[in-house]
Amino acid sequence: MLFTDSIFIIGLTVLFIVYFLIPKRFRWMLLLIGSIGFYAYSGPWNLIYIFVTALSTFLITNRIAHMAQKAKDEVSAHKSEWSRDEKKAFKEKAKKKRFRWLVLCLLLNFGMLAVIKYGAFTMHNINTVIGWFGGSKTLPVHRFLLPMGMSFYLFQTMGYAIDVYREKYDAEKNFAKLTLFVSFFPQLIQGPISRYDDLSKGLYAGNGFEPKRVMLGIQRILWGYFKKVALADRVMPAVTALISNTDEHQGMYVLLGILYYSLRIYADFTGGIDITIGIGQVLGIPIAENFQRPFFSKNITEYWRRWHITLGTWFKDYLFYPVSVCQPMLKLSKWSRDKLGKTVGKYLPVYISTIAVWFVTGLWHGAAWNFIVWGLMNAVVILISERLTPLYTKFHKKHAWSNTRAYDGFMALRTTFLMGLLRMFDCYLDVPLTFKMFGTMFYKWNPQVLWNGSLMQLGLTKADYIVLGVGVLMLFTASMLGRRGSVRSRLYDHSKLLSCCLTIALLMIVVIFGAYGIGYDSSQFIYNQF
Amino acid sequence: MSETLSTIIEILQDLHEDVDFESEDKLIDRKILDSFDIVTLISELSNEFDITIPADKIIPENFNSAQALANMVEELEDE
Repeated sequence: MLFTDSIFIIGLTVLFIVYFLIPKRFRWMLLLIGSIGFYAYSGPWNLIYIFVTALSTFLITNRIAHMAQKAKDEVSAHKSEWSRDEKKAFKEKAKKKRFRWLVLCLLLNFGMLAVIKYGAFTMHNINTVIGWFGGSKTLPVHRFLLPMGMSFYLFQTMGYAIDVYREKYDAEKNFAKLTLFVSFFPQLIQGPISRYDDLSKGLYAGNGFEPKRVMLGIQRILWGYFKKVALADRVMPAVTALISNTDEHQGMYVLLGILYYSLRIYADFTGGIDITIGIGQVLGIPIAENFQRPFFSKNITEYWRRWHITLGTWFKDYLFYPVSVCQPMLKLSKWSRDKLGKTVGKYLPVYISTIAVWFVTGLWHGAAWNFIVWGLMNAVVILISERLTPLYTKFHKKHAWSNTRAYDGFMALRTTFLMGLLRMFDCYLDVPLTFKMFGTMFYKWNPQVLWNGSLMQLGLTKADYIVLGVGVLMLFTASMLGRRGSVRSRLYDHSKLLSCCLTIALLMIVVIFGAYGIGYDSSQFIYNQF
Repeated sequence: MSETLSTIIEILQDLHEDVDFESEDKLIDRKILDSFDIVTLISELSNEFDITIPADKIIPENFNSAQALANMVEELEDE
């Protein structure tokens, strides 16, 4: 099911009405029923996977929490008898036992993802290697249908399990409530990947009807629909045309592809997240922001702090730091300090962890080499930038003009272009082809396509270009205005009538400018495929 | 100033020489230390004080100031 399906919109409207009509204590149950219904509609068999994740996480996290409490009780019972070393040894032993349960939970759940999402890719690569060595036998390749949003809900749930193990908070004692956290429907399509302590309070509270919050939520939902149906879906035919005829669409067309695809993925992903956060806002459930004006970033590190924030922080907290500070890594650091010098020893762990995290980030996006190469290319750019930081600092100190707003703007454009360039691996879906297309930008000189009418051959009309141009201007203006807090919130405080007019205007814009047409079928959200 | 604190300030100064680590108490909140700095810092602290800093100790409260870092190091040394 898509956010743009009429059944979803009808179902959501009914849910909003019923949510505020029933007693507060039953509201979370309604959300659970809604979430299960939403997920079942996308394919009843999907429920099996999400149920296994919810149940295994519920049982194991409660076991871990129980063991932690028991260990604490044991230590306080022997407080006066045990020496400090005895207490330390006991605590470590108890923690190891809890760790085994956590590993079981992670293996079971990530194991499911590994088989379903990466099984065919792994087998295919093994068969390729067998072929290289002249082998004639090949392993069977089974392709499974990836359950909707599995990469999102699994990461969210495993983050919760790790936090319970780390004793950040207690395990949820109510299975139905945990199932709601795992399956909360607005997040199932493309995240964000929320944290239990941020999401659960709003999810279970059964919040009251607050007119301002509801109005702002509806506006955010409509803004999201505008991005999705008026911009992302409108530019899609051009992206498809550019990548499907790569013999013809070279040189300047590749630059156009970068531009169009950047707009498409931005409008698609942030639009979907706006809808999700807006739904949460109407229901009084704060959902984590996933973007912070990413195209205003001055460098790639900053960009990744502002784009898909919840995935970045997930990887940082649960992969990057644990890998960087684990014992083998620290031993490696110590060894390299002694053998290769202080500088190498100091930076080796962070560089290895960065490469590992970006490899996994690439893999998270899809079981294909183009995603892995995309991830590794990000790591390379980040590491090069990191090594060049002292040079940048010197440069900025020496040249006053490099500290102006104009230069900041140049850096933001440069970062946006660079990220758009790397994203083409995800667009062409073929590593050698992507490199080849990059190459054509240097030897295929065809700027005339910008004015000789070729732009009209890409499935977009003059009217489409006008809507896209105005739409981009609206996105830019909204981003600029939003820098000092919510303009819509200030507008509501100033005049409820004007706020109401804005809601109606947004609705009209979505209805009028959506890329519907005859036989309209909104495209799948890009991130739903990951 | 304790010996632990002065050693930590020395290590921090090596990462960012232009920051006043004696008074700065929002190293994470103001994004003065990024994830690269944090991992480098942990590697240095582990080496200097012979301690293990587990991943769950990597929270802003423990890394926002040199004093907070010193408190964490002393706590881990005591454990």
